[in-house]
Amino acid sequence: MTNVPTRSWADTPELVGRPKKAIPEGLWIRCPECAAILFRRSVENNLWVCPDCQYHFRINAVQRVKQLCDPGSFEPFNEDMKPADPLNFVDLKPYKDRIKAAQKSTGQNDGVHTGTGFIKGRKAVLAVMDFFFLGGSMGSVIGEKITQAIEVAADGDLPLVIVSASGGARMMESGFSLMQMAKTSAALARFDDMGGLFISVLTDPTTGGVTASFAMLGDVILAEPKALIGFAGPRVIQQTIRQELPEGFQRAEFLRDCGFVDRVVPRSDLRSEIGSIIDYAGK
Amino acid sequence: MANGYTGSYTLAFEQPVTDLEEQIKRLTARDDAESYSDELTSLRSSRDSLLAKLYTDLNPWDTVRVARHPARPQTSDYIAAMCRDFRELHGDRHFGDDPAIITGLGRIGPHKVMIVGHQKGKSTQEKIACHFGCAHPEGYRKALLKMKLAEKFNLPIVTFIDTPGAYPGIKAEERGQAEAIAVNLREMARIKTPIVSVVIGEGGSGGALGIGVADRVGMLEYSWYSVISPEGCAAILWKAANEETNRAAAEGLALTARDNMKNGLIDEVIKEPLGGAHRDAHGAAELLQRWVVERLRELKRFKPQTLVERRYQKFRTIGKIEGSPAN
Ligand SMILES: [Zn+2]
Repeated sequence: MTNVPTRSWADTPELVGRPKKAIPEGLWIRCPECAAILFRRSVENNLWVCPDCQYHFRINAVQRVKQLCDPGSFEPFNEDMKPADPLNFVDLKPYKDRIKAAQKSTGQNDGVHTGTGFIKGRKAVLAVMDFFFLGGSMGSVIGEKITQAIEVAADGDLPLVIVSASGGARMMESGFSLMQMAKTSAALARFDDMGGLFISVLTDPTTGGVTASFAMLGDVILAEPKALIGFAGPRVIQQTIRQELPEGFQRAEFLRDCGFVDRVVPRSDLRSEIGSIIDYAGK
Repeated sequence: MANGYTGSYTLAFEQPVTDLEEQIKRLTARDDAESYSDELTSLRSSRDSLLAKLYTDLNPWDTVRVARHPARPQTSDYIAAMCRDFRELHGDRHFGDDPAIITGLGRIGPHKVMIVGHQKGKSTQEKIACHFGCAHPEGYRKALLKMKLAEKFNLPIVTFIDTPGAYPGIKAEERGQAEAIAVNLREMARIKTPIVSVVIGEGGSGGALGIGVADRVGMLEYSWYSVISPEGCAAILWKAANEETNRAAAEGLALTARDNMKNGLIDEVIKEPLGGAHRDAHGAAELLQRWVVERLRELKRFKPQTLVERRYQKFRTIGKIEGSPAN
């Protein structure tokens, strides 16, 4: 009991290595929620939402950017920023190898895309996390890119949209990872001081150090249906309290009912929702 | 009693010291103890040099064990030893009063301050009430409320960090654990009075940082501070938490005061008495008090805007990416 482990990105085994919920290859795919066999192309055309049960598949950052931005309007920055291995961390595998493998399988340098783009005609700064890169775990690169995105939004008085998808901290960067929580939150304090608009979009899953920093600091917080959102992971909680967790616990709708999410928004409405909020804020 | 922890709890690596202490105790208890004064002097000096050696070479995993020693002073001990006229202030004015974080007004040396610190609990009853130092959202909200109060009256803030992590439970999630910590991080970054933080025992993850965004961050010599506990890390990355993997995780996480200092994640390592704070709570409080008093004196010279700007830059520059300069 004195050693309660805090949630981290790979809290559940399926988050280690290639997440099982990654979209499988092939012409046909099975919906993990309703088990329906679906024609891949039709799911893709439906923004990766199951047409039968509305299950929201996890999507990567590139797909997300494409879904949110007006076509061709996204201009990325800091694309070349790569992770270092400041602690020469080795567990069952060296962190360096994990980085290389993730870079290879995702084609990304790290777990977040940042840039400017237009959302329904409104210019905004976007930061979109990628759960498929080491579980979207936040290390120095994610912390730095998010912070710079906040600064770009502040300099240009642009609305800021951060789409979170993360299992939490990147343990292999230990204290460096932890301090990104303070860094990003401090940058948001400044952005807030100057009247900036920050729309935080929580997707499945958003947990740990990302939730306990920038993700929960939106002026408006939106979440995709049924997204897992929390501080501690369900397994850690279960191990600590040794009780069954209530139905729907830590899902987007639960967070809304507890008062921590403004709106649960289906993926198909996300663009217009964000556009509308930007209008209301006059940004 | 300096260097002489007399409790019943002995860490494995301290066993040789405990053996020497037992000999000293038995010799001192004899009626003819006086005639053994040379032997006693020699035993005491052996004990001290053994302690010095053991604690100089203390490995990260044993450091974690020292940081968790049941006799290690807690926030309430430091308040009692360092503070005059302490006035505890309870509650977050919304939900309740979390005993896992103590807040209140007090005087430390020449400074009137607001004190905020995790409390693990001393008695079994207190430990349970404090959830062993794992605070709930209302604890973090209480901390922020009192820090804002300090800001209003231009009082500096002193925080004592000592938690395995924020509490992972159903109620904690329902009441917004993540939001509470996140808001603290953002708000501490813009508080206009000086903040000094010290990790006095365990600095577990976001639950520690939630009261740790400060102008000066110190760690007691045998405390730890990291993104996750060694056991948590071992369970996930090594897929099993046991003696061997915990030790490996503790080493990998670079969680000691010295490593955090080397990595530029904290500002200072604060000395503990010979053989750790659990052997000499009074001595530990004296060393800590000196540090707090001095740092506050320095920080009070800064204008509020300068203070906030410096604090911002301090955290803004943390992070290592490929190609960024080494320390
Ligand atoms: Zn379905």
